Amino acid sequence: MQSKRVFLALSTAALLGGVAALTPAWAQTATVRVDGSSTVFPISEAVAEEFQRANRNVRVTVGVSGTGGGFARFCRGEIDVTGASRPARATEIEACRAAGIRFIELPVAFDALTVAVHRDNTWARQLTVAQLRTIWEPGATGRITNWRQVDPAFPDLALTLFGPGSASGTFDYFTEAIMGRSGQSRTDYMATEDDNVTVMGIARDRGALGYFGMAYYEANRERLRSVSIVPATGGAAVAPTMENVIAGIYQPLARPLFIYVSERSLQRPEVRQFAEFFLTQGARLSREVGFVPLPAEAYTVAAGHLRDNRLGTRFATGEPVVGVRIQDVMRREPRL
Amino acid sequence: MNPTRSRFSPQPARHVKERVVHSLLFLSAMSAIAITLAVVSILVLESMSFFREVSLREFLTDTQWTPLFADPRYGVMPLVGATLVVTSIGLLVAVPLGTLAALYLGEFAPSRVREFFKPTLEMLSSVPSVVYGYFALLLVTPLLQQIIPGLPGFNMLSAGLVIGVSIVPFVSSMSEDAMRAVPMDIREGSYAMGATRLQTARYVVFPAALSGIVAAYILAMSVALGQTMIVAIAAGQQANLTLDPTQPAATLTAYIAQVAIGDVAHGTIAYQSIFAVGLVLLLMTLVLNILGHFMRRRYRESY
Repeated sequence: MQSKRVFLALSTAALLGGVAALTPAWAQTATVRVDGSSTVFPISEAVAEEFQRANRNVRVTVGVSGTGGGFARFCRGEIDVTGASRPARATEIEACRAAGIRFIELPVAFDALTVAVHRDNTWARQLTVAQLRTIWEPGATGRITNWRQVDPAFPDLALTLFGPGSASGTFDYFTEAIMGRSGQSRTDYMATEDDNVTVMGIARDRGALGYFGMAYYEANRERLRSVSIVPATGGAAVAPTMENVIAGIYQPLARPLFIYVSERSLQRPEVRQFAEFFLTQGARLSREVGFVPLPAEAYTVAAGHLRDNRLGTRFATGEPVVGVRIQDVMRREPRL
Repeated sequence: MNPTRSRFSPQPARHVKERVVHSLLFLSAMSAIAITLAVVSILVLESMSFFREVSLREFLTDTQWTPLFADPRYGVMPLVGATLVVTSIGLLVAVPLGTLAALYLGEFAPSRVREFFKPTLEMLSSVPSVVYGYFALLLVTPLLQQIIPGLPGFNMLSAGLVIGVSIVPFVSSMSEDAMRAVPMDIREGSYAMGATRLQTARYVVFPAALSGIVAAYILAMSVALGQTMIVAIAAGQQANLTLDPTQPAATLTAYIAQVAIGDVAHGTIAYQSIFAVGLVLLLMTLVLNILGHFMRRRYRESY
């Protein structure tokens, strides 16, 4: 009886002591909060992992709220860095301005937005922009449900569609590039912010078609097949590969990927170190996860902007993003 | 002179202590009611702002549910239909399995077998529902795709089947308790008349325990209605007006989870839509509970 009480007392003391010892460690850990686009997520995650390995006393949390969700949190001051698969919108720039949050826009990679089909899909090896529009425009809801309606040469097979939801930057960019206006899309498809769910859906359905960032295609090459796109200007179909994006011919679905860092957060050394690490390691890590790295000068220029606190965005209201190439992004100057 | 009462008698303190304990217990009981009232009032208040924008008629009769898109439609029928389909499939699985399991454990199994199976069956209820969801997506669906060619990767059938499996413990446990509450005398009387164990179970025990068994079914239906993660993961999240279980669809609960986890801004109509959907879910469960209450009263047998 006596030993039982002693044991109980000792174990309680050990538990409390352990908690007390750990709590100061938890409280002191510097944290960098990253969120935003599910497309940029693989890069951010890879950078965060390596950064934490190199700096054991800093914690980096990476969320996936989508480009829109990331901006909402960013302009409320809840996070330090947000990833975006499209430049900030006018409403988002305004929201940040109203909240007194100023940011630095850093391009980190280029993406070939990939349209993917099931591995056994041998008929849709290439699609034109017009065909994509037929499939995805708002008027296609409930109407275009069969591959034969896209092209009479295609087999008589049910068309099941997967893609990101309306809060996703990928959704915004795809609809703007194909339909001409952001947000214009049919509604009867499996919409999810989690691109892995889209991959899974396409991989299981012979008549499926969907779209996401190229890193998700690279990671699932055995299960999917990418579709080459014939640009709106005509000519040969172009595959979503790194070479074609660098050459600037994968149009209109090549797009820049950004991270936005808040000026206020940069005053914390861990955030500044993380942003610099992102730019120095960005080329290697974006290539590793499957995106197109920018040329080396682009990262040097971006690092310079970070050092000199060049606030603002390269894409102020009204300027088109679709069709912009790597060289264009490098040439533009950020403006507040 | 009063020998039992002095100035330092414990009597007044004990009286106070009793009062305090009494009040605390009363507050605890009241808190359950207060929380329920709070939940209902929040749902009703926010739904009122929703219904100021969307007419009740459109809500109940429109055939598409697309509040998150550019041209939103607010017909709740696709969600209600999917909820009913998935719940029905779940009950089709759980009711026979659970009742037969309870019957076997209560009437036929030797006590050693019962001691092993009963806790094992109840372990089914301790598996987290999100694990069940991935189980449905990654194991059940590929299996079904071999039996039903052309089955989509996300469908209501595998979600319904796994929901059924997850609520079997509720049905079996409560049914068995109900059957055990039937007095031994009635059973012995039946045996004395020459009935076999099966005949006793079917014609004597089961009808006698009916009110408890019906309560078990109603509880299982409520749990199936409220299942969120299994449907969100395995049935896809595309609102689809169909009664065909091989199609993907979104239930009321899956839609709420999708919007609540996403980043819809406060105060927008898409945000308020989850309260309207929650209200529909609450009303369905309420109707079910009232139904269960009346059925239990009707079939109740007192011994």
